[in-house]
Amino acid sequence: MSAPDPRLIRARKAPKRPLRLSWADPRFRAVIWQVIIIGIVLAIGWYLVANTNRNLSARRIATGFGFLERVAGIPIGESLISYNPAEDTYGRALWIGVLNTFKVAGIGVILATLLGTVIGIGRLSSNWLLAKLTAFYVETIRDIPLLLQLLFWYTLLQGLPAPRQAWHIGDAVFLSNRGIKIPSLIWEPAHSWAFVMLLIGAVGTWVWNRRARAQQEATGLRPRLWPVALALMVIVPGVVWAAMGAPTGIERPVLRGFNFQGGGTVSPEYFALLMGLVLYTAGYIAEIVRSGIQAIAIGQWEAAGALGLRRSAILRHIVLPQALRVIIPPMTSQYLNLTKNSSLAVAIGYQDVVSIANTTLNQTGQAVEGIAVIMAVYLTISLAISLSMNWYNARIALVGR
Amino acid sequence: MWLRVNLFNTWLSTAVTLALGYVILRAGIAAVEWGVVRAVWEVPYGPTGIADTASCQSAKGSGACWAIIADKYRLILFGRFPYDQQWRPAIVVLLFVALFALSTVRAVWRRGLQTRLIQRAAIAGAMLIVLDNLADFLALIAQIGFGLDVLRSFSLLFSVLATLNFIGKWVLTLGLLFLWPAIGVWVATLAVIGMLMFGGVLGLTPVAVDYWGGLPITLILATFGLAFAFPLAILVALGRRSTEMPAVKTLCVVYVELIRGVPLISVLFMASVMFPLFMPPGINIDKLLRAQIAVILFAAAYLAEVVRGGLQALPKGQSEAADAMGLSYWQKTAFIILPQALRLVIPPLVNTFIGFFKDTSLVLIIGIFDLLTMGKVALSDPPWQSFSTEIYVALAVVYILFCYGMSRYSRGLERELNSARGR
Repeated sequence: MSAPDPRLIRARKAPKRPLRLSWADPRFRAVIWQVIIIGIVLAIGWYLVANTNRNLSARRIATGFGFLERVAGIPIGESLISYNPAEDTYGRALWIGVLNTFKVAGIGVILATLLGTVIGIGRLSSNWLLAKLTAFYVETIRDIPLLLQLLFWYTLLQGLPAPRQAWHIGDAVFLSNRGIKIPSLIWEPAHSWAFVMLLIGAVGTWVWNRRARAQQEATGLRPRLWPVALALMVIVPGVVWAAMGAPTGIERPVLRGFNFQGGGTVSPEYFALLMGLVLYTAGYIAEIVRSGIQAIAIGQWEAAGALGLRRSAILRHIVLPQALRVIIPPMTSQYLNLTKNSSLAVAIGYQDVVSIANTTLNQTGQAVEGIAVIMAVYLTISLAISLSMNWYNARIALVGR
Repeated sequence: MWLRVNLFNTWLSTAVTLALGYVILRAGIAAVEWGVVRAVWEVPYGPTGIADTASCQSAKGSGACWAIIADKYRLILFGRFPYDQQWRPAIVVLLFVALFALSTVRAVWRRGLQTRLIQRAAIAGAMLIVLDNLADFLALIAQIGFGLDVLRSFSLLFSVLATLNFIGKWVLTLGLLFLWPAIGVWVATLAVIGMLMFGGVLGLTPVAVDYWGGLPITLILATFGLAFAFPLAILVALGRRSTEMPAVKTLCVVYVELIRGVPLISVLFMASVMFPLFMPPGINIDKLLRAQIAVILFAAAYLAEVVRGGLQALPKGQSEAADAMGLSYWQKTAFIILPQALRLVIPPLVNTFIGFFKDTSLVLIIGIFDLLTMGKVALSDPPWQSFSTEIYVALAVVYILFCYGMSRYSRGLERELNSARGR
């Protein structure tokens, strides 16, 4: 038997040495150090838990999450679900807080992304005035603490006139120190059905778009998208709405006594928080968008220009899809920051989860459980956003051949 | 020509220039009118010293009332520190600024005179300090266990130890000044700052922590927070990169991800309402110190991620070469890895510092009298209640001054590093 070709012998890992019980063996040292460190951490943890238990029993504070079942009695100003302080439990109050957090963070993320992208592109504009102005905005807004900005907007909104002297646009929109009052639609089954049709239409358009792309790849000809989109997303819901009687009841805010009745409300707390979060985060997002676009080699712009594309078309079809890869990881952390910063609501009295948990822990004295609730909520949100962004990031990542 | 290229290049650009120019002009004129032309700079004071803000009230809406700043600036900057002693926090603020400015000078960070004698003296000084603190700790435990009487018989020993501790601090500081001038300067300045704030030595009146407030609190929280968080962050980052100690790695990962997943407020709430439950009965830790610990633990998790970025950016060959030279883990880390890794991440580090400087304002929510809180306190004075805009603008200017200084420094460094890499 001839010796095997040396090039075909694959490198083998060095055999593992047995663990020696000697200080000279690095692996043994590592084990000892770990035992010591974990031991210290456990000892400190045990000491703290023991102290806490002793203090809690000395102060006659209950433990456990039983309080979630008890009647809360916390007055809550704005809520997406029905709530009665005399009947509903702490659990429901906290859930309202979570929903309020989502309400401000969800809308905030969308608005901040839009505003931040516009400002980021503005910083790269060839127009000197626009570039300087957006640069000034980004530099200033990022140097002022968010809490200061929130307090500023909130006191500014509180300084608005009382409802009787409210600033108004026509007879419909009123701006006063009770917030913004807008007319609201009286919701009827026809609207619900039209909305359902709109959702179905959106799915249908998406399917059509996929088919259109497949056909383009097969034949080079792309079927038109917009007539289908128009039919599915506008005409069909419109017909359904009209067939059910085309209700157009609109409820206007009317001044009665010292406040408005009816209509939709944007509370000053919510508006100040949303505005502060959006303006502040947009400053950071603008920087991310700018550096993402600048990370694209100038040759990409020039090549696309040589093909005769307009600047806006280059940005949309060539640069942004590539820049997104650079942009998404830092953007994710900004979304997380915005969500976490929404906890500053407690300073201006918007009842998010931190604010309600804080009231709860003040009423029940159960500090450990209250803070555990806050942390659990934010950890869940953080984890969910990171995971979904990682999924999206993997989807658009450059596929190497 | 410049105008044509940069402002009136296309029709769209011209339209944007004109629209923006109009808005900026209008806003600028309105701002000058509000802030300068129609502003009220002074108000008369009544016989009882109460400000008569009628002139401000009548100008409200059209002109700023800067008289509130003239009336309140010492309250906002220095809090409730005794009025005749406020030169002390003023010097503290100047010392902080000088410390930051000095730290930006490259030459300060060089190694100093490293002789065996000075090294040994510094170590001996440090040991004296540790000895005294250890004795205090043991005394504390003994006190809980056996009552106060036991300690009386050792009072002479404790006073000797306290004196040695004092000597040790001076020896250590002087030694550090020679060994690493930058670290020595930091330790010495922070010691002087502590002396000025606490008082009680060199004939300074003692001032309780409850009376501290304003800008020194903001600077103390930020500076001490980062000074202590940074070494912790390096350890955590190294632990997270560890391959031989999976348990330690898990611990570091859990710590970093847990802290980064929750808002700073929840950690501050923990410090203010949960921390007292952690302590054995009879021990009360000051609220400011608790907030300081919270800031340190929070900042360390973020800084650890920045440091880890630097460690990951370093080519593996550096570590392997150090191993091949036979360096121990700590020698390799201290002399080969960290100096290169940290240099790479100076710009993001400074950005994190800026973030934490701003985030110290969150202590308002747990009732610590930092700069922002003092602004709100100033607004609670009845005659001045309705002039919040002026106060908030003034506070924003203070924050911008500090943050802009830091970000200028960071950008200068970035440019320097990039130009070096470009060659």
